[in-house]
Amino acid sequence: MTADKQDSDNHTSQRREMTGAEMVIQALIDQGVTDIFGYPGGAVLPIYDELHQQDKINHVLVRHEQGAGHAAEGYARSTGKVGVMLVTSGPGATNAVTPLQDALMDSIPLVCISGQVPTSLIGSDAFQECDTIGITRPCTKHNWLVKDVNDLARVLHEAFHVARTGRPGPVLVDVPKDVQFATGFYTPPETSPRTSYRPKVEGDIEAIKQAVALMATAKRPVIYSGGGVINSGPQASQLLRELVELTNFPITSTLMGLGAYPASGKNWLGMLGMHGTYEANMTMHDCDVMVCIGARFDDRITGRLNGFSPNSKKIHIDIDPSSINKAVRVDIPVIGDVGRVLEDMVRLWRASSEKPDKKTMGEWWSQIDKWRARKSLSYTRNKDVIMPQYALERLYELTKDRDTFITTEVGQHQMWAAQFYGFEKPNRWMTSGGLGTMGYGLPAALGVQIAHPNSLVIDIAGDASVQMTMQEMSAAVQYEAPIKIFILNNQYMGMVRQWQQLLHGNRLSHSYTEALPDFVKLAEAYGGHGIRCEKPDQLDDAIQEMIDVKKPVLFDCRVANLANCFPMIPSGKAHNEMLLPDEATDEAVANAIDAKGRQLV
Amino acid sequence: MNAQNLASGSAYFIAKETELPITTVLSVLVDNEPGVLARVIGLFSGRGYNIESLTVSETEHEQHLSRITIVTRGTPHVLDQIRHQLERIVPVHRVVDLSVRADELGNDKPIQRELALVKVAGLGENRNEALRLADAFHAKVADATTEHFIFEITGKGSKLDQFIAIMKPLGLVEICRTGVAAMNRGPQGM
Repeated sequence: MTADKQDSDNHTSQRREMTGAEMVIQALIDQGVTDIFGYPGGAVLPIYDELHQQDKINHVLVRHEQGAGHAAEGYARSTGKVGVMLVTSGPGATNAVTPLQDALMDSIPLVCISGQVPTSLIGSDAFQECDTIGITRPCTKHNWLVKDVNDLARVLHEAFHVARTGRPGPVLVDVPKDVQFATGFYTPPETSPRTSYRPKVEGDIEAIKQAVALMATAKRPVIYSGGGVINSGPQASQLLRELVELTNFPITSTLMGLGAYPASGKNWLGMLGMHGTYEANMTMHDCDVMVCIGARFDDRITGRLNGFSPNSKKIHIDIDPSSINKAVRVDIPVIGDVGRVLEDMVRLWRASSEKPDKKTMGEWWSQIDKWRARKSLSYTRNKDVIMPQYALERLYELTKDRDTFITTEVGQHQMWAAQFYGFEKPNRWMTSGGLGTMGYGLPAALGVQIAHPNSLVIDIAGDASVQMTMQEMSAAVQYEAPIKIFILNNQYMGMVRQWQQLLHGNRLSHSYTEALPDFVKLAEAYGGHGIRCEKPDQLDDAIQEMIDVKKPVLFDCRVANLANCFPMIPSGKAHNEMLLPDEATDEAVANAIDAKGRQLV
Repeated sequence: MNAQNLASGSAYFIAKETELPITTVLSVLVDNEPGVLARVIGLFSGRGYNIESLTVSETEHEQHLSRITIVTRGTPHVLDQIRHQLERIVPVHRVVDLSVRADELGNDKPIQRELALVKVAGLGENRNEALRLADAFHAKVADATTEHFIFEITGKGSKLDQFIAIMKPLGLVEICRTGVAAMNRGPQGM
């Protein structure tokens, strides 16, 4: 081997001449990408041709571009790496819009590479042309149209940098077909990114000192953590646990943040918000110091804003300055990466001699224990019919000691999963929180399984949601990804029906699915395995069968048709005005929301 | 149930705004690259913010920096959000609320100027009157025939409004305004 040859083998990413399509592959390799999700088409053929001639990047062929996006999201959330999707121009790009917006709202790092018609045809209404940059501008953190092959490598590296740093998010790089064919110079990843993009990661130490001082004077404190802790990396979750241990503060979390603090931890209150626990919401309402860590006071969390935790001083740690004071005014904002800030906080707390009074903290905890005793997640078991809550309790019991990842669709089953499945670690829970995308869970499970081939990956699904992206069963079979689709089948769009009961006089307009497929036969048609279970006493065996089968499984779990998801903060109400399961009679449900609340969704 | 008892807040953020809206001028320094203006404008329309005036031009050619000046209106809380949302846009370097900055500097308001071209057509006394008034407003004649003038006038928006209103009965045909350019008084930069 000559010295030259050796050099080029060792430093494949050195500046050298290659085609645009080669650059795409080289940039992916240099960015540490090993798996991508995509669908070919006319405007990305040169890139697919390059994919065919290499073995470093594993490409997963989905059945619809939306599936590619959610799979990449699931991949990203379960690994902490950037997810990558590859789509063609026109319909390929428009089908990518839903996952891009989903990733934007949940702050998931995602790079979408889209093909575009040749530069000379842009604007001519060419076949499969659309204004991809225009369409995806509001649903990405940033996007680029690359018109010169010599810009391509730099833009791709910048795209990865923007996607993964700061508040993570989706980006899109639109590459016209002639640029893919053209030859130019490839440049390796740069160390100095563009000057206008410099996210602040280090928190202001004075603000952190103030926060720690305020926490030390707290009589009724609470920690409210969110997806930012997960996004910041496993170290942040570790520090959060340390802070809770040191302070003995109670902790609740948003839907996005589940797993950062273990559900088995003694300070855990459960999830808060619209379908959060009574103890979590009451603690938030009555607290005097609130420490919000990597969460954003979403409307599903706060309930009625002027009734939201009215007597507390609020500390807000967030990497995005626009999240501060957006919905709720806070007293001490700390802008920075949650992990870095928590590191300072833990250090300062250890060093400080000021600590909350033990006796008042004891009183606060006994108050919390009274709220806990209300058992807001209780439900009435049934011998003949599977209650959805029971199904999830059993699923949890039978899978908790395994290496398990959970994804969900959107609706009642999602809230029950959040309430009844205990997460002990971060990155184990993938759900569409911000956008609420029905059809997210099945492709997300595929993405998770590709990243963790030997783990147990379960999509807790609803019968309506799962049909939105059912076609990805075919991709799962192709890649021998043994994802388990656990469908809580009540034949309704359960959450839609629940709101119709709350808001619209129980007029169930189009929320009942008159014709459902036979999920068992459907599984078999795809080449997977189908299971149906209708009786509570058969459930454990059926779940065990699902776990044991080394194939993609559709599990048709027939549950009580009219069960509703409680507890609940009806819209227009505050945290201390919850509707609890034992109080939720038909009459209470019908009158829970007044005329004003009815307009709010 | 009477109206007073209805909740004023909601699960969605429609709590009654108690602050009063104010008008302010934002200066936004951006990389002059394709689509950057669309990003800024899209943010305003997408999030329901107002644009009362907008000007944009490349100001530093070597660095390819453009300065966008936006006159907007909202409560102080909303204006704060607008600033932070603008700062999230990747090619945005800096966002300065010139009115807030003027306060900090102890000045009254930032200097705001606008240019207008105003075409007035007419004969006889109307024509003479138009020219006399233009002179009084320190407007320049940019173009003329025996039947028309195009006046070029600069100044505060209110001055331009007044000039245009006066020209209306005198044969006003066409108006073109640049939008507001603004900066703060004193020796210091943005």
